[in-house]
Amino acid sequence: MTTSTHEPAVLAEDPFDPAIIANPYPFLARLRDAGPVSWLEATGSYAVAGYEEVYEVLTDFETYCSSGGLGPRDIRKDAGWRPPSILESDPPIHTVMRRALTGVINPGTVRALRGPFTPPAVELTTELAGRPGFDVIKDLAEKYPLRVFPDAVGIPDEGREHLLPYGNMVFNAFGPENYIFQQAFAHGDEHAAAVMKSCARESLDDAGFGARIWDKVGEGLITEQQATLLVRALLSAGVDTTVFGIGNTLSVLSRNPQAWARLRENPTLAKFAVDEALRLESPFQKFHRTVTVDTTLGGVRIPAGSKVLLFIGAANRDPRKWGDDADTFSFERSSSGHVAFGMGLHQCVGQPIARLEMEIVLQELLPRIATIEPAGEPVPIIHNVLRGFESVPVRITAA
Amino acid sequence: MTTTAPVMAPAIIDTTVHAVEHVAEGVVSLVLRRADGRDFPAWGPGAHIDVHLGEDLVRQYSLCSAPSDLSTLRIGVLRVPDSRGGSKHVHQELAVGSSLAVSAPRNNFPLADSRKYLFLAGGIGITPIIPMIEAAEAAGREWTLHYGGRSRSTMAFADALVARYGEERVRILAEDTEGRMDLQGILGMPRAHMQVYACGPGGMLSAVEDFCMGWPPGALHTERFVADALGAGANSEPFEVELARTGGTVTVDTNQTILEAVEQVGARVLSSCRAGLCGTCETRIVSGEPEHRDAVLTREDKESGEIMLVCVSRAAAGCSRLVLDL
Repeated sequence: MTTSTHEPAVLAEDPFDPAIIANPYPFLARLRDAGPVSWLEATGSYAVAGYEEVYEVLTDFETYCSSGGLGPRDIRKDAGWRPPSILESDPPIHTVMRRALTGVINPGTVRALRGPFTPPAVELTTELAGRPGFDVIKDLAEKYPLRVFPDAVGIPDEGREHLLPYGNMVFNAFGPENYIFQQAFAHGDEHAAAVMKSCARESLDDAGFGARIWDKVGEGLITEQQATLLVRALLSAGVDTTVFGIGNTLSVLSRNPQAWARLRENPTLAKFAVDEALRLESPFQKFHRTVTVDTTLGGVRIPAGSKVLLFIGAANRDPRKWGDDADTFSFERSSSGHVAFGMGLHQCVGQPIARLEMEIVLQELLPRIATIEPAGEPVPIIHNVLRGFESVPVRITAA
Repeated sequence: MTTTAPVMAPAIIDTTVHAVEHVAEGVVSLVLRRADGRDFPAWGPGAHIDVHLGEDLVRQYSLCSAPSDLSTLRIGVLRVPDSRGGSKHVHQELAVGSSLAVSAPRNNFPLADSRKYLFLAGGIGITPIIPMIEAAEAAGREWTLHYGGRSRSTMAFADALVARYGEERVRILAEDTEGRMDLQGILGMPRAHMQVYACGPGGMLSAVEDFCMGWPPGALHTERFVADALGAGANSEPFEVELARTGGTVTVDTNQTILEAVEQVGARVLSSCRAGLCGTCETRIVSGEPEHRDAVLTREDKESGEIMLVCVSRAAAGCSRLVLDL
């Protein structure tokens, strides 16, 4: 079988330009229209924007490796700013780390969290329903995950204020070392040290996921260093993403009054609404893979050693996959297969926890809030790879 | 969706033994023709037939002929010294011209399309792999076979496979001269877009399952080759799923998942990876016995029989109906 190849379209626009970050979708549409795979002059990397091609890269872990790092530099040649995480590893190292994590976080252990995760959501949503309006981000999205997730991992109260700034650093480092990156790393050493301290066995309570991960050291599956790195992975990936997921979901729903009314009639649809919102406004928008051998993707030849920048937000709105209404929220659509949590070997291990948090928040809001609508323009966060908002003001009527 | 009749017992086909060939120490190959001279029903790689060897003596044998030629079927039969009589009967009683009643071909071990294949065979477990290799070769797919056995003289079809495909792709490992297959070495490093098909004795397959834990879920397909029956881990037969909450029943065909079948009748199930990895499509079982094929539920969850992941798991062999909380 031979496949014809062509030169990639060359784009001059910089995807890390704050103006594009603030309103990414027109650029992502131009990128998709240029072809599933293009060359970005500004970053010196290939851009992968088609759903099919993004899926291909995510599932072909041999051709598109993770050990080169998720940022623009190849950390195999040029060490990264911290010891490589599970996200930055390939089989067989990845295999044992993943096995340890899925032994701890799986549908069975996450099911048990519904009990402890519900009362804080009841408390927060009851208080918010008594107001004429609120800020989705400051008053809810940033509060709820910080109330429940660190307890589930079992870290001490002291030092939790470092979690959001640390997550901000970790994810911004998947983009270039630009002004945004430098801002995120301004107090980097302090945040990193505090989070690493929380990952040590003696810092963790005996009941949480952190201690269960350390149990895997005793079972001989992973080393102490790997246990530390896995707890760190939970803490760095488990807070911001959910904050953004809750914020983005409510931002979408506040602009879709009919969807809110339908959800109030049938709250069991909450998890489907969350899923569709994650497709439409995916919190984790882009990251890199490193090409291990000369290959062809979307008709474009890509040499070994290249970095490919995956545009999750473009794939999740690709009309070839989702139809002509890909840019709109629809209950009729099955959003199954979207890549907001990634796909393949590295698909988000915390996915069931994130989904649970988002579903509980929505389920507790629905009976208390009759209508929700924007009370001003949402203010986007300028972040290298995450899509979310500083502020989403809403006006509500209590039920 | 198909609405279904209950799974029928396969019809009996009368055949005549057209050729008997001693293909390795303790192994004979039988070529069967239909007594009525017609073609056999179509079948695909991995299929087997029930062979009726006498009163209450039915044995299953994988087909190792070419699915493109339906004028004959070929099976390979290992003589098992302490067998309850099936293989002994084949070896001692059958000759060219003998009559033999068989079932239509059925497939518990179908070959899914894949860019790359890794085939692992132990002993007589080579038989279903032979048509799989032919199909992979015809489709231009990348493949490798590792074929282990006690000694070269006991390994049916080994020489023919090497002669046809070459030593690069057909790796023969005779235990008496080269030791056992290094399954850990072969499987230690997962490969993308590669499906693993393994057939052989239970001990080999347990080892294969252990070493495949780092592979993407759904990559491994096994068939336990025991004399009496095809064991667990192999059921791809159609079965029915009843949707307890929304009502209705749907048949899940061989080449379909429960998730696909229930989505076709409009049931909503939240799903993500659709490969048994993420756990998103977890569904409560009202009744029926599942065969779990995912890589994420804990052993306790699997043994509870209360939940399953409908993207990959199926009904257990012998369970023709699952009732799910959908």
